[in-house]
Amino acid sequence: MNSLITMNDLTNDDIHRILADAEKLLPVAKGNLHLPLLQGKILGNLFFEPSTRTRMSFETAMKRLGGDVVNLGAVASSSVVKGETLHDTIRMVDGYSDVIALRHPLQGAAQYASDCANVPIANAGDGAGHHPTQTMLDLFTIKQAHGKIENLNVVLVGDLRFGRTVHSLSYALVRFGCKLTLVSPESLRLPDEIINELKEQGGELEITEDLKPQLENADVVYMTRIQKERFPDEDEYVRVAGVYKLVADDLSSVKKDMIVMHPLPRVDEINPDVDSTRHAAYFEQAFNGVVTRMALLCDMLNIPIPEKIGGEK
Amino acid sequence: MSADEQSMRRVTAIRNGTVIDHIPGGLVLQALQIFNIDGRQSNPISLVMNVPSRKLGTKDILKIEDRELTQDELDRLALIAPMASVSIIRNYSVAEKLTIQLSDEMINVAHCVYSNCISNSVREPLPHRLKVLSTKPLILQCHYCGRNQNLERLIGNLL
Repeated sequence: MNSLITMNDLTNDDIHRILADAEKLLPVAKGNLHLPLLQGKILGNLFFEPSTRTRMSFETAMKRLGGDVVNLGAVASSSVVKGETLHDTIRMVDGYSDVIALRHPLQGAAQYASDCANVPIANAGDGAGHHPTQTMLDLFTIKQAHGKIENLNVVLVGDLRFGRTVHSLSYALVRFGCKLTLVSPESLRLPDEIINELKEQGGELEITEDLKPQLENADVVYMTRIQKERFPDEDEYVRVAGVYKLVADDLSSVKKDMIVMHPLPRVDEINPDVDSTRHAAYFEQAFNGVVTRMALLCDMLNIPIPEKIGGEK
Repeated sequence: MSADEQSMRRVTAIRNGTVIDHIPGGLVLQALQIFNIDGRQSNPISLVMNVPSRKLGTKDILKIEDRELTQDELDRLALIAPMASVSIIRNYSVAEKLTIQLSDEMINVAHCVYSNCISNSVREPLPHRLKVLSTKPLILQCHYCGRNQNLERLIGNLL
């Protein structure tokens, strides 16, 4: 098969099919059903950058389906510190596993790994580039809330420049006819190149620095963290840190079914008092990482999901 | 005599070597950079800049004596002069006429302009791959990071 490097590797039909598969796998992801579809398969987890949710949810997804995981572990204790190239690391893990999840600080690393490997590569984030498995879990979360992923008003907020999550997501949403409102300080605007491509694909975009007026008509408000680690200059970070803070009172006049999403971790962009509102979807979103990655792993390994899933644990 | 013929005769005919016509006006100095011609070579080089051209409006011409360009070098020229016509001259006659025919990808011609692209990790044993998305205008995209390339900066990244 088929590596997943960017959302362009999936057609709209693929996306709908995988989201439907994920829906079927929900009882397995929750541990209510035992379905060892990936028994005997091994996932190589290679995370060259810190990760909590993505790494753990890949691991959980594999284990819930009866598969196993080998981890690179901390980069500091691997051969990478001895100067091993990514090429050699990939060629080695290629022999140890049936599928590889790769996170790397440099853009293009997942494509390169895919060129080097015989097994499929799941891009788990390449620098400020792409994060397609996150996009799939985001789409799954949106579909759960609205019953569809088409023609919604989606407000993307925060670090749109360096945030790979919003890069991948914005491409996908435009493909499904969603209107995007891009809310960020000017220095963190979505890169022009991406804006131009989205427009070429027929995307309806609004660009603003002001969050509050956008809430009323939103179906989805997607908050992101201003990523300190991506700023070359700390002064520049300080100027924009904390510029957007969503509190429960801001949600008094929003649509009933509007959801607030966040790829997490959050710093202070969503106040904890939002957690108890009907709109908070970010913890469910984090759980959805498991079920969506289960469906993706099956797809990448060409393991069909049964039409009907049954059998008690 | 046509304007193009007049332009060609602004410098004398060469006995052996390469004549490159239809370089867009003002870009011949970048062509020199592409061919690693820095003035330290001993073979004669003639330049004509900003002469009238029916095809391009204005054009530059480069004559390199005693050196025949290879296909690889032609591929590099595509970065600034995809419409250039190249004649290999032997004993004052045109022995071969070459045109640049861009393939779908330029391999090991230049490296990606983005320093945070994996392809700029010097120890990785990878080919530098630029996809040709369009020839008119020339739009190149890094195979690895997927970003479109600024051609002026890319000329500084020739391999």
